[in-house]
Amino acid sequence: MNSLKQIFGGNTRQFGMIFALVALVVFFQWRTGGKTLTSGNMMNLFNGNSYILILAIGMVLVIIAGHIDLSVGSIAAFVGIVVAIAMRDWGIPWYLGVVLGLVLGAVIGIWQGFWVAYVGIPAFIVTLAGMLIFRGANQAVGDSNTVPVPEGFQYLGAGYLPEVGPNIGYNNLTLLIGFALVAFVIYSEFKNRRKLEKINADLPPMWVPIVKLALLSAVILYATYLFATGRPGTSFPIPGIILGILVIIYAFISNKTILGRHVYAVGGNRHAAELSGVQSKKVNFMVMMNMSILAALAGMIFVGRSTASGPFDGTGWELDAIAAVFIGGAAVTGGVGTVVGSIIGGLVMAVLNNGLQLLGIGADLTQIIKGLVLLVAVAFDVYNKIQGKPSIIGLLTRNLGGGGGTKKATTAAPQPAPTEQAVGTKEVISHDV
Amino acid sequence: MNNHTILEMRSITKEFPGVKALSDVSLEVTAGEIHAICGENGAGKSTLMKVLSGLYPYGDYSGEIVFQGKEVQFRDIRSSEAAGIVIIHQELALIPELSIAENIFLGNEPTRFGVIDWDYVNNTTLELMARVGLNEDPTTKVKDIGVGKQQLVEIAKALNKSVKLLILDEPTAALNESDSQHLLDLMSGLRSKGISCIMISHKLNEIEQIADSITIIRDGKSIETLHVKNDGVDEDRIIRGMVGRSLESRFPDHTPSIGETFFEVRNWTVGHPTVSDRLVCKNSSFHVRRGEIVGFAGLMGAGRTELARSVFGRSYGNFKSGQILINGKEVTLRSVPQAIDAGLAYVTEDRKSLGLNLLDDIKTTTVSADLKRITRGLVVDRDEEFRVAEDYRKTLRTKTPSVNEGVAKLSGGNQQKVVLAKWMFTDPDLLILDEPTRGIDVGAKYEIYGIIQKLAEQGKGVIVISSELPELLGLSDRIYTIFEGAITGELTRDEANQESLMKLMTASRKSA
Repeated sequence: MNSLKQIFGGNTRQFGMIFALVALVVFFQWRTGGKTLTSGNMMNLFNGNSYILILAIGMVLVIIAGHIDLSVGSIAAFVGIVVAIAMRDWGIPWYLGVVLGLVLGAVIGIWQGFWVAYVGIPAFIVTLAGMLIFRGANQAVGDSNTVPVPEGFQYLGAGYLPEVGPNIGYNNLTLLIGFALVAFVIYSEFKNRRKLEKINADLPPMWVPIVKLALLSAVILYATYLFATGRPGTSFPIPGIILGILVIIYAFISNKTILGRHVYAVGGNRHAAELSGVQSKKVNFMVMMNMSILAALAGMIFVGRSTASGPFDGTGWELDAIAAVFIGGAAVTGGVGTVVGSIIGGLVMAVLNNGLQLLGIGADLTQIIKGLVLLVAVAFDVYNKIQGKPSIIGLLTRNLGGGGGTKKATTAAPQPAPTEQAVGTKEVISHDV
Repeated sequence: MNNHTILEMRSITKEFPGVKALSDVSLEVTAGEIHAICGENGAGKSTLMKVLSGLYPYGDYSGEIVFQGKEVQFRDIRSSEAAGIVIIHQELALIPELSIAENIFLGNEPTRFGVIDWDYVNNTTLELMARVGLNEDPTTKVKDIGVGKQQLVEIAKALNKSVKLLILDEPTAALNESDSQHLLDLMSGLRSKGISCIMISHKLNEIEQIADSITIIRDGKSIETLHVKNDGVDEDRIIRGMVGRSLESRFPDHTPSIGETFFEVRNWTVGHPTVSDRLVCKNSSFHVRRGEIVGFAGLMGAGRTELARSVFGRSYGNFKSGQILINGKEVTLRSVPQAIDAGLAYVTEDRKSLGLNLLDDIKTTTVSADLKRITRGLVVDRDEEFRVAEDYRKTLRTKTPSVNEGVAKLSGGNQQKVVLAKWMFTDPDLLILDEPTRGIDVGAKYEIYGIIQKLAEQGKGVIVISSELPELLGLSDRIYTIFEGAITGELTRDEANQESLMKLMTASRKSA
């Protein structure tokens, strides 16, 4: 178990979620007699959930900043119908339709961000209003009709990577992405290790990264194999590509940029952030606006997939996205959460949905199970916080954490701190991995 | 154990994972006495009280508690309250939107035929309020009375539970002089009625004044119990017990080297943020020289914090008029970022709710006010962040296993060091420190004083706002006094003493 934690890094919550995800996949693979891990099913899974996952990316930032957005489903539907009608009636090409949709999303975002950030109305209220307004707008604009979209636009939601280069029986671009990903994972692991060496942290033994990389590479390569060997004409789906790019961009923004730091700061303690020079109104405005843009994108992808925009598109999406974010470890009170965690949370829900469907379990029972999963996941978090205890996995791996958990009372202050040398190297590792 | 002992805690040991918070602590409280518990922050005082009040239930600790001659095993606060032990925490547990009467009877509402008996509630509240010397309408909302009175409501609430042993955790920390005195008088009044008190406090002068005996706790062990009258205890004696040695001086040596005036505020007038015709700063003018430590003295609510925060990028109140001059040039600071860019730093009096993001760790907090400085291109340089935080950890001697620790885990003194590091990293010319040593123990105070003096020696201007006059007198080169939003006086180090300051801090009232 100790080594398991070394392999997967410090964040017990994320580790737990990955573990749960793998366990779910294995479970369903077994129960469905191998129907889960097939090319077709995996593509289905991505195509059918990418828009929720895209919403989860925006939603986690909103929730970290201490807000909520209930309007995303309605915004997605409204943007979808406007773009569909624009393409049908004005004859604009599909790519201008995409641009139009994103601009419309931004305008809606400005509207909602204005009320939340500058007027100071709680996002719950603003977006509850938005939920009604844009659902109504969708049905008003589209006359509650379904409007089909052109083929170019459908590519956005149902397309696959094209075949290029020599025919070797696999989809070349998919292979390329898979190999690039493996190379990147290996590169970053060793870069990290070198960095740790430089600050003289005590490194885990060499076999740890090797096992970790072997496992990761195997998973990536297997997924690559699945996606590259689907029925002719299919490969890695375009929504998956869009999602992947967004995850990289938003993980980067939230982890590495000043804006990202400010989102966490505002959510953690708005007053302290303001007194440190963070312009919290601007931050709130940005996260709300960003959410609407991503909702617009998600709406267009969905329309592309279902080949038409309808009056009931996007109903209940906000709840799926919010659930994904909370399963992924975000806190209701703000300040806590990660983009990658939310994606994992979303995938857990997606795999659950998909697996239960394959098992022929009805929508009624599926909903009950999903609700319980959400409740249990968050209850697990809350329990840990109340107890001040690490999670079950954390308990099993307790001795690895550097032991610096509780501050020991120290005597007379002007003495040099006795812990001077004990800069927990373990903490360094768990942070940087 | 003799007949007069109301409480005896024997060999209490309480462990948290990886650390012994209390080891073999004993405490004996005589009936009808005020028993002070002294110790540095983190010494284990609060843990001991949590054991006593049942917050850490029986079985969570080892050792035994004997209350009124019987061994007791409290499962929770309810069971300790049933026995007559009531704890009043530093952060008051009152509900602002409820009335005084409703708060006093909260969780304990008397009913007749299933309906709350409001006549009984209000009448009893009046009686209880009379006992604690509070003169208010029982239906006044708690948010509409001051902190001092809120404290009294807490005590009234305890009296309503027929308390035999009252535990007060830092009861006067948030009170001004006169409210503190009233509270202390009330405590001796309770004592004469046979109610015993345990009091945790950092204010040694109050302890010296009121306590009958003092138990000193250091590093989770009970060091000694002093009897104030018999042992001739004074503040220095208590400090010696707390830190295990005597502090020669409570302030480090410091030779000021003061340069020319570089920061000046003229005719500063600011309105209340919500009440439109009320002024929180009235035509205030002051200046700071390089290398100078300037004290701001004033009673709580005099407008010291309001003045500081309105200067710091108008982060408080409605700006009306006034000028800020830096190096003789007028500047307009409309927002906190502008103030930071102009070389200002403000360390708030309210560390937990205004100063820190308690979810953050030490290193992210350290760089949080000047992220640009460690950002390369778009990317915040995490390695640089770690190095910066490490540097400050070493120079300020912050006690932590690592800068990756969460700030929530640190003691008050170490949290304050992290906040200071955060502002030192912005390389300010003027630091405004609002109650920089509130809730910090004696040893750490000494260190904070040293840091403040070093900053001044580097040629920075420092404004210190403090309610503790000895602190201002020991630290400042010059002191302004503030009363009701206006600056009422300016005293040099030689002119200032407790009496002259007090006079000016309350002067307007007498002259008006």
